[in-house]
Amino acid sequence: MQDLLKYTLRIADTSLILGQRLSEWCSKGPTLEEDIALSNISLDLFGQANGLLEYASKIDGSRTADDLAFKRNEREFYNLQICEQENGHFGDTMVRQFLCDTYFMLFYQELSKSEDETLAAIANKSIKEVSYHLRHSKNWLIRLGDGTDKSKEKVQKSIENIWKFTGEFFEMDDLDNLMYANKIGVNNIKLKDEWDIIVNQVLLEAKINRPKDSYMMTGSKKGLHTELLGKMLAEMQYLPRAYPDAKW
Amino acid sequence: MQSGNIQKIWELLDNVPDPEIPVISVVELGVIRDIQFINNEYVISVTPTYSGCPAVKTFQDDIHTELINNNILNFKMIIVYKPAWTTDWMNDKTKAKLKKYGISPPEKIAQCPQCNSKSIELISEFGATACKALYKCSDCLEPFEHFKCI
Repeated sequence: MQDLLKYTLRIADTSLILGQRLSEWCSKGPTLEEDIALSNISLDLFGQANGLLEYASKIDGSRTADDLAFKRNEREFYNLQICEQENGHFGDTMVRQFLCDTYFMLFYQELSKSEDETLAAIANKSIKEVSYHLRHSKNWLIRLGDGTDKSKEKVQKSIENIWKFTGEFFEMDDLDNLMYANKIGVNNIKLKDEWDIIVNQVLLEAKINRPKDSYMMTGSKKGLHTELLGKMLAEMQYLPRAYPDAKW
Repeated sequence: MQSGNIQKIWELLDNVPDPEIPVISVVELGVIRDIQFINNEYVISVTPTYSGCPAVKTFQDDIHTELINNNILNFKMIIVYKPAWTTDWMNDKTKAKLKKYGISPPEKIAQCPQCNSKSIELISEFGATACKALYKCSDCLEPFEHFKCI
């Protein structure tokens, strides 16, 4: 059960942390429409995380979904490191979102075939949401890349900065192998080909160069993160930790 | 073994409006998937529209209040994810109510709810709630919300 718990937490944390990052755009979006869009995407991610954390809480047996979100420390979080990276400017956020949305869509398509009914059902529901998000981030990337010289230069830099975090999408460790062998989890390596096809196609249309693969960041599967996660958690977890009896 | 009055529960829930679109009920929205009477307790299966829709918690509270106000205390709600909610569960009568309220119902091709024009323009794929997108009619120039098909 510990294995399934950890596997579920990895998926949940990835949605939760990216949702938290996106929520930082709320009231600061470049236009009202985008402010609403980013907040809506953030909400969908929180919703997905909530379903997964409720399931994790059931497997765990002692902690609630809120405990799992608010009372774990940095090293106990298993979100992909790309999710905790800063929002930067709007182009930075859209590039990160596009790379993640493409991954989410492919990952959930595979997870929806899981023999674990709850994971399959949540994945199935999430596909609808993330494909809508993907359409949005993809269109923005094309618009910015194939936009003005300035916007093109900016998003080209954005993708070069974040590229080293894309290696984690396709990693497999012992737990992933075990979950895949038990027909519960996804073979992440298998996602790579299709991810490449979609990303290359969109980058071509956006007239952006695909960065060369070089050093790739790793570690989140073991709870290792960049320095940014700790700061995020400090803000996200402040209230329930400072006032443990606070009620919604 | 008592069978309970399941029909009555359906009727009561049909009085509970969607918190964001009060012209339709939670039953019409399609989020009440099943009601059973098990061990003297009504078990109400509820599915979220969008995973993160904040209205879900609100309508659960509203269902709670409606049942308690009608002296029904032996119930519990469970969240189900499968099958995933779809706008296909809305019938024509419900869609007509949405249109009358000024929201273009979930049809493949959006249409201006005011003048029925199909000449429309997308303003934003994300509207005031997760389930709607923003459009503008190119004929009567009125902006309107379209209930997205999912």
